[in-house]
Amino acid sequence: MNLRRLLIVIVPYAWLVGLFLIPFLIILKISLSDTAIAIPPYTPTLDLSAGWAGIKEFFSELDLENYYFLWTDSLYWKSFVSSITIATISTFLTLLVGFPIAYAMARAPSAWRPTLMMLVILPFWTSFLIRVYSWMGILSTNGFLNNFLMWTGLIDSPFHILNTPTAVYIGIVYTYLPFMILPIYSTLEKMDISLLEAAEDLGCTSRSAFWLVTVPLARYGIIAGCFLVFIPVNGEFVIPSLLGGSRINMIGKVLWDEFFNNRDWPVASAVAIILLLILVVPIVLFQRVQQKQEEATV
Amino acid sequence: MNRPLSWFNITSLTLGFTFLYLPMVILIIYSFNASKLVTVWAGFSTKWYVRLLHDEQFLDAAWVTLKVAVCSSTLATILGTMAAYALVRMRRFPGRTLFSGMVYAPLVMPDVIIGLSLLLLFIAIGLDRGVFTIVLAHTTFAMCYVAIVVSSRLTSFDESLEEAALDLGCTPFDAFKSVTLPIIAPAVISGWLLSFTLSLDDLVIASFVTGPSSTTLPIKIFSSIRLGVNPEINALSTIMIGLVTVGVLVASLVSRNTIAKREREELEANLAPVTEPAMASVTEGVVRDEEIEDARASGARG
Amino acid sequence: MGQNAATTAFAPWNDPDANPLIRFENVTKRFGDFTAVNNLNLTVYEREFFALLGASGCGKTTLLRMLAGFETPTSGHILLDGQHINGVPPNKRAVNMMFQSYALFPHLSVWDNIAFGLRRTKMEKDEIGDRVQEMLRLTQLEPFGRRKPHQLSGGQRQRVALARSLAKAPKLLLLDEPLAALDKKLRQETQFELMDIQEKTGTTFVIVTHDQEEAMTVASRVAVMNKGNLLQVATPGEIYEGPNSVYVADFIGEVNIIEGTAKIVGPDELAIQYSENAPPIHAKIETEGFSDGQSVSYAIRPEKIGVSLTQDDPRPNKVKGTVIDIAYLGSTSTYHVRLDCGQMFSAQMTNVRRIEHREITWEDTVWLSWSNSAGLVLVK
Repeated sequence: MNLRRLLIVIVPYAWLVGLFLIPFLIILKISLSDTAIAIPPYTPTLDLSAGWAGIKEFFSELDLENYYFLWTDSLYWKSFVSSITIATISTFLTLLVGFPIAYAMARAPSAWRPTLMMLVILPFWTSFLIRVYSWMGILSTNGFLNNFLMWTGLIDSPFHILNTPTAVYIGIVYTYLPFMILPIYSTLEKMDISLLEAAEDLGCTSRSAFWLVTVPLARYGIIAGCFLVFIPVNGEFVIPSLLGGSRINMIGKVLWDEFFNNRDWPVASAVAIILLLILVVPIVLFQRVQQKQEEATV
Repeated sequence: MNRPLSWFNITSLTLGFTFLYLPMVILIIYSFNASKLVTVWAGFSTKWYVRLLHDEQFLDAAWVTLKVAVCSSTLATILGTMAAYALVRMRRFPGRTLFSGMVYAPLVMPDVIIGLSLLLLFIAIGLDRGVFTIVLAHTTFAMCYVAIVVSSRLTSFDESLEEAALDLGCTPFDAFKSVTLPIIAPAVISGWLLSFTLSLDDLVIASFVTGPSSTTLPIKIFSSIRLGVNPEINALSTIMIGLVTVGVLVASLVSRNTIAKREREELEANLAPVTEPAMASVTEGVVRDEEIEDARASGARG
Repeated sequence: MGQNAATTAFAPWNDPDANPLIRFENVTKRFGDFTAVNNLNLTVYEREFFALLGASGCGKTTLLRMLAGFETPTSGHILLDGQHINGVPPNKRAVNMMFQSYALFPHLSVWDNIAFGLRRTKMEKDEIGDRVQEMLRLTQLEPFGRRKPHQLSGGQRQRVALARSLAKAPKLLLLDEPLAALDKKLRQETQFELMDIQEKTGTTFVIVTHDQEEAMTVASRVAVMNKGNLLQVATPGEIYEGPNSVYVADFIGEVNIIEGTAKIVGPDELAIQYSENAPPIHAKIETEGFSDGQSVSYAIRPEKIGVSLTQDDPRPNKVKGTVIDIAYLGSTSTYHVRLDCGQMFSAQMTNVRRIEHREITWEDTVWLSWSNSAGLVLVK
């Protein structure tokens, strides 16, 4: 390998080691340290000037205390449970909303499809924050939805939707919908329509052809879409803090509060590590599905 | 494939796109509302836009955001393209697995963790926080997106094009510059646009790694909407939505025209009958062929 | 190759004093455990049109890529014009390659594609222009200089690829399945064009192909490869008439192969006993190297066999059989005949009479006959 080729690898490699791997190791280290009223607010710090003894002392003071604390304080494990619950339910809801749209897009005349695709992608390019914000005006007690419902006479007094789990679900489904639609659409679009005709020719009703042919063929798209929603929603911070109010606790928000409000860095780091551990399983599964899909298309 | 859509499909499309677009439409309409109460319509007005454009804080934040986005997306594009090239074209080097892991990981890593870890790093090495640290942070996660976009283009790229360039006398660097780069340019450009948008959009990571003096637009927006709906933010949102819409529309029209033109030209080229000179040479070739046969026969004997 | 036919035949490989342009010396190439090219020796001479022929995966493309410089031999040497070129990178070799996919640069016009290699040399701008024009003329692409590759038909792209690789006037042009992407009719037309251009430019061509007809048509010599080994290198005529192994005989054209045991029955004559109930086949052949009782394969081409309802044919080898199938191919018909010993034989006859006058039909008992010198005896 000559110098130029070497540089092509080394520069991005070094960048990622310095700004991704090392910071991650720092989190790991701090999560094993103790809180202190100091700057930085944790001990021990690695004192390299003390030589080998310093390193030894540094390691001897690391422990799992913070993790034990997370285990004993119900606030934390409840927020973990609620994150996973919210992520699971909202993934399911997104699938429910997204599949019919993806299906209809794939069945639309081919001249429409690029436009429909663009319409799905467009919100993805607009600010996430603004898209979440747009629901605040709609869902608030004197917001658009309540005004509209009262105007039609369906209800007499306004609903409380903002700052409830419902608002969080609406926000998640709304912002993550493109992530669900796109992979499903791309598998459905590739599907040969003559497969359905063959199924009907062999005696399926169009309903059973849908369940026996379309859904199995779209399964990789469905699975990919579900992971693409489930994984990031677990660490979501903006949606629960803007739409969920104080009663909804998700891990992302707990981590934020722990760090900025309580200034408890070791606990915040431990929360981060546990969040990652929770996400490792779906991430590995997701990659395996992607690989299988690649093999299937070859 | 072009069967008429069933009622079920038409309904799903209508409801789906209404769901996707209605909130933004309402947001845009209410940005022209004269009332401070965002939900009560009190006549048309552009006063929130005027007020927004005179709000020094917002203008400062917008300027910071723009600076960060341009710098970080440019850096991310360079680094991400290098990473993609390394991943696709160099099959073996020490630590390749770790490298590809680090390229993919930030895509699925929650923002809160990336933000927290980078902040802890900057504190540990005593780096002053501000525009510079935000640029570093945004570059780090955006380069991974660029790497993915560019590497998918590189994978579909016919490697014999690079070999042809070498064969015709290019040095490897020359071949990259004059063949590979022009061909992957669309992916590199979309990688840049993606990083730019990600940077404009990022609230969480920037909140962690920013210093007291540099506030980006998302941070500013977040702190003002935390307390509730704010008509100035509606105006700002309308402007941002408008810019993105125009950008995406133009980009998709341009790319669609290019694709359509290309398809038309390919069709024409293949429909065109074999050109006259080629036919002429074929008849020539047949005559010469007999001579060659004779020559061969005598060659084989001799 | 053809131009001096009247005076002396072009056959430098028979001239012990001729210096080869390319020499492979014990070249082996391994990819991990897989041996793509196995201890191969080969010489190619200047102005030759040399074809490497074999099924896919036989190592022919690896051989070509080693010549171009994209692969380095695991062991052995490659010499170009007497120089060792093992470690020379592709951009420093006076060798150009035409890729199977053509590898035309999609972002450059036809003109710029052809000029691409020239711009990497110290050539003046005007000279480059002249050379590109010359190449466009040679390949009859003059009207298309400003087009982009995607605006061309398959045949035109193929010619651009050829023009581009010839522009630098290489000593040696490598062609990797140059015609594989074309449909059959265009492929045949283009074969003649290729030969025409090779002759005009006097460049040495090495072509890789899996199509034996193509190799036979274009090449001065053909090398047949299988599993990394070179089986036979000879002119198309020699390789068709005198294959040195069952594999080569079977790979080049159609052939009937019958197994039997040899017996020397006279000077330059072998008898091959292939069935207990049938008289042996006689073959006029150099008997040196054969012994009585040796098991051999007898190979005979279908067009050398006559089919008749009677035993009147004067040719000495006669075998009785039943017509199973007749394939009518227009100018010829192929008869598939089951011999009494159970073996299937094909025989090809020219249709000199109109089809309704043909006397042989399905289920007829027929006699196949051929001369003593028509077949070949191959040792397994």
